Amino acid sequence: MSSGNTRALEGNSRHPGLNLGPAHAQEEDTREEMVFGFWVFMMSDLILFGLLFATYVTMLGGTAGGPGPKELFELKSAFIQTMILLVSSVTFGMASLALKYREDKARLVVWLLVTLALGLAFLFFELKDFHSMFDKGGVPSRSGYLSAFFSLVPLHGLHVTGACIWLVALLGQMAVHGLDAPVKTGILRLAILWHFLDIVWIGIFSLVYLGGLS
Amino acid sequence: MSVKGRTGYFLRQGGRCALHLFPVLLPLVALSGCGADMPGFMNPQGQVAEAQRYHFWVVIALVMIVVIPVIIQTPLILWRYRYRGHAVYRPKWYMSRWLDIVMWAVPILIVAILSVYVWRQTHELDPYRPIAGDKPPLEIQVVGYDWKWLFIYPDQGIATMGQLVIPVDRPIAFSLTSATVLQSFFIPALGSQIDVMNRMVTRLHLKADHPGRFEGKNMQYNGEGFHRQRFITRAVDDDAFDDFVQRTREQGQPLNQSAYKIIAQKGDNRDAARALGLDTHDSDAVIRFAPVPDGLFHIIMEGSPIDWSTTDVSPPQLGATRTSVIQTPPDDDTSSASDPQSSSHQHKEAQP
Amino acid sequence: MSDATSLIFGRLGWDALPFWSMLDDHSAMSIINGVIATGAAGMVVLGILAAIVLVTWLGKWKYLWSKWLTSPDHKKIGIMFIVIALVMLSRAIIEAVFMRAQQAVGLDGGFLTAEHFGELFTTHGTIMIFFMAMPFLTGIINYVMPLQIGARDLSFPVMNQISLGLTAAGAALTMISLVLAPFSTGGWTGYPPFTELSYNPGAGVDYWLWAVTLSTLSSTLTGINFAVTIFKKRAPGMTLFRMPLFTWTALCTAILMIFGMPPLTVATGLLALDRYLDFHMFTTDLGGNMMNYVNLLWAFGHPEVYILILPPFGIFSEIFATFSGKRIYGYKILVIATMCIAILSFTVWLHHFFTMGQSAHINAAFGIATMLIGIPTGVKVYDWMLTMYRGRIRLSVPMVYAIGFIMLFVLGGMTGIILATPSVDYQVHNSLFLIAHFHNMLIPGLLFGMLSATNFWFPKAFGFRLEERWGYRAAFCWIIGFMLAFFPLYVLGLMGMPRRSVAYFEPQYVPWMITAGIGALVILAALLCLLIQLWVSIRDRHANNVFAGDPWDGRTLEWGISSPPPEYNFPVIPEIYSIDAFMTEKDRGQGWQAPDRYDDIEMPANSAMGVIIGITGLAMAFGLTWYMWWLVIGAGLVTLVAVIARGFGRTTTRTIAACEVQRTHEHWLEQVRLTHPIDRSLEQTTSNHGRPVPPIEGAVQ
Repeated sequence: MSSGNTRALEGNSRHPGLNLGPAHAQEEDTREEMVFGFWVFMMSDLILFGLLFATYVTMLGGTAGGPGPKELFELKSAFIQTMILLVSSVTFGMASLALKYREDKARLVVWLLVTLALGLAFLFFELKDFHSMFDKGGVPSRSGYLSAFFSLVPLHGLHVTGACIWLVALLGQMAVHGLDAPVKTGILRLAILWHFLDIVWIGIFSLVYLGGLS
Repeated sequence: MSVKGRTGYFLRQGGRCALHLFPVLLPLVALSGCGADMPGFMNPQGQVAEAQRYHFWVVIALVMIVVIPVIIQTPLILWRYRYRGHAVYRPKWYMSRWLDIVMWAVPILIVAILSVYVWRQTHELDPYRPIAGDKPPLEIQVVGYDWKWLFIYPDQGIATMGQLVIPVDRPIAFSLTSATVLQSFFIPALGSQIDVMNRMVTRLHLKADHPGRFEGKNMQYNGEGFHRQRFITRAVDDDAFDDFVQRTREQGQPLNQSAYKIIAQKGDNRDAARALGLDTHDSDAVIRFAPVPDGLFHIIMEGSPIDWSTTDVSPPQLGATRTSVIQTPPDDDTSSASDPQSSSHQHKEAQP
Repeated sequence: MSDATSLIFGRLGWDALPFWSMLDDHSAMSIINGVIATGAAGMVVLGILAAIVLVTWLGKWKYLWSKWLTSPDHKKIGIMFIVIALVMLSRAIIEAVFMRAQQAVGLDGGFLTAEHFGELFTTHGTIMIFFMAMPFLTGIINYVMPLQIGARDLSFPVMNQISLGLTAAGAALTMISLVLAPFSTGGWTGYPPFTELSYNPGAGVDYWLWAVTLSTLSSTLTGINFAVTIFKKRAPGMTLFRMPLFTWTALCTAILMIFGMPPLTVATGLLALDRYLDFHMFTTDLGGNMMNYVNLLWAFGHPEVYILILPPFGIFSEIFATFSGKRIYGYKILVIATMCIAILSFTVWLHHFFTMGQSAHINAAFGIATMLIGIPTGVKVYDWMLTMYRGRIRLSVPMVYAIGFIMLFVLGGMTGIILATPSVDYQVHNSLFLIAHFHNMLIPGLLFGMLSATNFWFPKAFGFRLEERWGYRAAFCWIIGFMLAFFPLYVLGLMGMPRRSVAYFEPQYVPWMITAGIGALVILAALLCLLIQLWVSIRDRHANNVFAGDPWDGRTLEWGISSPPPEYNFPVIPEIYSIDAFMTEKDRGQGWQAPDRYDDIEMPANSAMGVIIGITGLAMAFGLTWYMWWLVIGAGLVTLVAVIARGFGRTTTRTIAACEVQRTHEHWLEQVRLTHPIDRSLEQTTSNHGRPVPPIEGAVQ
């Protein structure tokens, strides 16, 4: 489809997923490339995770006599992390709604802060998990299997850390510049990343934790 | 001009100017001419290599159907439609259904034929597939080191380095592994190469049709001694092979712990021979081992420690010439020698 | 070493200097290799010093900073990419000449040590792929693609700067490895376990890892940038099926970059974890599996082949059409064939390791999938021939490269099919036959494409034609040099000579090796011809100026603007009604028109982000290579702060006033009117100032 011919026809949802809504039509128009570009980046990132998942699966047998999933994983902790991350996606959704339908900065900031707190809580539980794995001898240098685990799961954690830093930076931008177009598209893109990380985590939870314990 | 006419012209040119082919195909001409004294599979000594040479030419012949028109017609078109020429000029002509059909159909047809051919030949020449023959296959186990090969004859209880001796007309079943990095085992005159990997076994089946001496080599770069990782394959008749086995049993030195340590160190075959105290003036620097511990190949493959106490081997006959890069280990050093992996490289401790 | 020095310098010591080993070991071999390595290091140091002195002497630091290094202009970034590519090309060709010289005298010896030879083939391959081919095609696409789709810049100009910075950092790292040696000896593919810490503890593999990783990140960002630009920034009326073929191939390449680069990031990242944090992904012990690396590498490696070859396909499509004075034959079919190739390129990676012991089913399936690629490629070749058929062919310099390409490329295709036949591959895999094959694809394919693009678009970028006499000499040297250097390698491969051998013991190899060595010298002569061509062209730039902008009677949009184009490319974004937009305008006598009205133009503002990320990227990579952790952490923090701070900036654009646009445009139109239109027969003379005569006589429409 040509952007030139159809530009006038296209309204408020030229990219799938979240959008700024009719209240911000012009900003969306000028910033559309940014959001589209971010989607494309997400596709590339997804390949990264996909390959690590595939590598993980091929390394399942490579425990080399070391501890395996059954000795190392605790379903309870993984489940808590899953719930935290799912809830954080909902709260980010609330933030997006606040951005889309109201020019209500306070509400938006509150939801973003709740999301940030949940993100940090997730990281806390994840690190606690790694710590207990280390205590049980589950270090990456122990076996190929553990190496594969520690190349996949912490990469997700690093992404979440990056997303949290970005969120803080956006809050800072909002404090300096107010709720202007770059902040809005920033929130929009961060939302995509946040939900994406949620989906990746679902994959990790099902494949690594549930699959490993079943 | 009609559509058919255009197409006809384009296709008709094929026969005219074989002269243009000459410079480009020169290497091919040279190749087919001097195949007789070339090393490698152009001068095959086994049925696998012979089949491979045949496939090579079949594929070339089929692909030439697409290639030759390009090589002949490009210069013709260049000349006929040159800027100062008077040929017809149609700057807006951009499509002909007939030409499109022809130029999709011909490659599709060729690839279809090739596909059937490739499917069948790949299965027929699968290196894992045993070669049929009147005689039972001879088992040989190959271990790759930096930068030499160890050939174990499990049924005969002997092993050699620097020279692989095989009986003519008898299928050989190789099992291969590497005690170090990735390598590729290859005897071009006989047939396929196969990768050799640590902790894994690959298989290869070959057969020599004629007696002779053929080059064998490693094809996968593995460090500074890579180009020296070679051996001679000697294909001999059955009597000579039995002689070889007998002689090796009598003259070989036992493959014991200290001999193994020397093999596993970095260095080529000649270095190892020298470190084992052998005369290296012999051009191939052949090393013969007998007896060889049972199941050595699988122990190496699994990377588990070799239990030398159960193997009934006496100390090697160490000679005086130890001036090579390989340091002969002290014979009493038993504590660190249990793992064949540990001797050659900086080794990480296996247990955390 | 004391704790303090090791804290500062990590494991970098005096022995990293290329002449250090020479001081201890006085053997002839050690001295020869030490002198060669020191000479190379000296050239790097002198080159940098000379550049610094020259810029200072000319007083151009400010100009360099504000007009080039911080410029977000896609045209300047493209040119800088190409400059990197040409510098690295020169180094890698010299390395190739050394390797050929070594092998020419390599019967049972030679003058290079095995270690030195290992570094040479590793840097040659790594540079040619990641720091010659990739920057070259990125540069050309960067320059040309926005002009062809009627855009003023890429979608993300600052990200474009960052891509350039990362590629420059990677290239700089490989250059630094000449001064502070060694580089890896693991080949450009870096197969573990050979590249694992236990077998290769030195800094060499780390240099390779980080240089490649920097380049990969750069290419991923570039791919995203190109794809978004093509999807979102086309001029009104420029539907996908009106895009020039070069833009189509740029789109396919961009998509391949987006999906093809992550596997390499994963492969090098995991190998780095193995080397730095004692992971066991690809080690020989504790459950590591090197086959995963091989799969990951080639899941990148095969799409990469088409990342490299598709843009040249697009370039040749433009060149065949332009210099045949004729519309491209089978435009849609070419587009479809390009897409087929792009998709199929993801399905064939296993043919790089048929010998690893998979079942015959798998090998046969991948062999057949590989052969399928031959179909659309064959169709493309015939389409190009039919483009020339019934045209009026001018054998200009780009066209000589194109003809060389089409004749040699089909031979490379043929040997590709041979390699794709698993049963034959078992014989020629890892041999010089394979080396000959991929050089046969990459030199006539990629490199001829890039050189022909340079000759084609240089007048657009700089406003004067490249001198043709030296251009022809370069082109013929390339074609002849290629044939001499690589056809013998086919024969040597069939004789079973392994690749990467520093020496050999078969006297039968010698005549072929000497021929190949002579070929390498002819290629070196080709490089010299290119440099002379550039020099002569700059000297005669006034006589050959083509300010009017259309020296070749071009067909696509970029020829309808001045040479060099203004920074905003188009005073008014054009409306597109057909393919070959500019040719259509000229046919209708509507070229070179003034618009009804001019508007202010908003362009991206200068930014130092590219420079900052380039420097911090280089510092991090260098620190990681030599274990200087303070440098890694410091540079990492600077990167983070810079990125966050950039987010707080709000003046990211600057405005060019309508009156200035109008003045510039009308000045150019006036010049075009004053330019004498010329016939194509005068194309290569000094009377070609960039304005062709309207519709060519003798045409039967």
